[in-house]
Amino acid sequence: MASNEEILAGLAEIVNEETGLAADAVELDKSFTEDLDIDSISMMTIVVNAEEKFGVRIPDEEVKNLKTVGDAVNFIASAQA
Amino acid sequence: MARKVVITGLGATTPIGGDVPTMWKNALKGVSGAHTLDDEWVAKYDLPVHFAARCSTPALDVLTRVEAKRMDPSTQFGVIAAREAWADAGITDIDHDRLAVAFATGIGGVWTLLDAWDTLKEKGPRRVLPMTVPMLMPNGVAAAVSLDLGARAGAHTPVSACASGTEALHLGLDLIRSGKADVVMCGGAEAAIHPMPLAAFSSMQALSRRNDDPEHASRPYDLDRDGFVMGEGAGALVLEAEEHALARGARIYGELAGTSVTADAYHITAPDPEGLGATRALKAAMFDGRIQAEDVVHVNAHATSTPVGDKPEYTALRAALGAHVDNVAVSATKSQMGHLLGASGAVEAVLTVLAVYERQAPLTINLENQDPEIPLDVVTSARTLPGGDIVALSNSFGFGGHNAVIAVRSV
Repeated sequence: MASNEEILAGLAEIVNEETGLAADAVELDKSFTEDLDIDSISMMTIVVNAEEKFGVRIPDEEVKNLKTVGDAVNFIASAQA
Repeated sequence: MARKVVITGLGATTPIGGDVPTMWKNALKGVSGAHTLDDEWVAKYDLPVHFAARCSTPALDVLTRVEAKRMDPSTQFGVIAAREAWADAGITDIDHDRLAVAFATGIGGVWTLLDAWDTLKEKGPRRVLPMTVPMLMPNGVAAAVSLDLGARAGAHTPVSACASGTEALHLGLDLIRSGKADVVMCGGAEAAIHPMPLAAFSSMQALSRRNDDPEHASRPYDLDRDGFVMGEGAGALVLEAEEHALARGARIYGELAGTSVTADAYHITAPDPEGLGATRALKAAMFDGRIQAEDVVHVNAHATSTPVGDKPEYTALRAALGAHVDNVAVSATKSQMGHLLGASGAVEAVLTVLAVYERQAPLTINLENQDPEIPLDVVTSARTLPGGDIVALSNSFGFGGHNAVIAVRSV
């Protein structure tokens, strides 16, 4: 079980790997599309890599609800619980 | 009168140099890009061939990590070569609707395809990444180059095995002559030094087994040749309508005077022993460029170093050039960099253009006992090409019976 801080750090690492964005730019209130300019293919890549890293399943129909980094962190945390 | 097409930009990343100046310097010096592979998979799969000619500059030394992530290795090489050619051409002002791409590959995204297959088997479908399809598709390199340059007059991918790179120039010439584009980024890219293609080419007895001496394995025209050496990389050439190049005061390397493509319709892999398809291709390219045999001073031969392949090309050259073939300086540059498959024609076109422009023929290495059945004048030491108006030819042949020839004229 990872803490929310650990999930955020892990997610930031995945986003950095995929997009080159600095990890510290990946903050809880940032929108994936509006703020971080992440397209749908990159978003799905991030989802697949997050599933592997955190050992969770993020259903396709859930992905559209993950608008901000915080949404993703909360979803992963609850999926791990 | 057809529009005249000239070459104004060159790019390459190859086993003997990660850019054109380095490749050209080495091509005149005579070096081998073939080395023993240190990858764990050579022993893991007990591959019969333990060496290949890798690009001397890894793609990740040139591209950013994020750029590279969305490209198959073949596309990475193609984009690197295309960027060099574009910078070399120095085009600053262009109508992007008049800029096309003709960028070939023989195999396409084989690394991406097989990595994704491994992931599917080991981890299941959910782990197969969403970029897999655009990375494995054979048009991935043409698409990436088009995206990179903003080329909107069409992005084409000729696929004809080892003739692909040369066929891209054939297509590029057509696009400009027919008025569909003013500038075309042409090229070829390949990255197939992967255990599966190595096993498959070995299985058909196409690769040299000289595992104890990789640097001397690629030996076109030599009696002891025993197969080709797998190479990788990309070549790129900017083709431009002459009036477009003149209007901007461009440096012109040479004219792409004529091209042709024929098919053997003889056998899926074996070359026609009489070289009839290759002869027709040579004659057609010369006809296309209004070239007489006596104009030709240099040939960059396909010459892969296989026992069966090298001789029919000689037969074809003699049939097309007649007795004048004895006066032609022939270079077999695969002796240095191995066989870049779908990229070979593009890289060899770059060398052919430079040979005409610099009046120097690149070297053929490892020729110790020339096959008496192939009595060509092979360039094995520094050779200056004549002054005045000259023409050089470059041949490429591919599995499937594809024959492609280009003719480059000095300007």
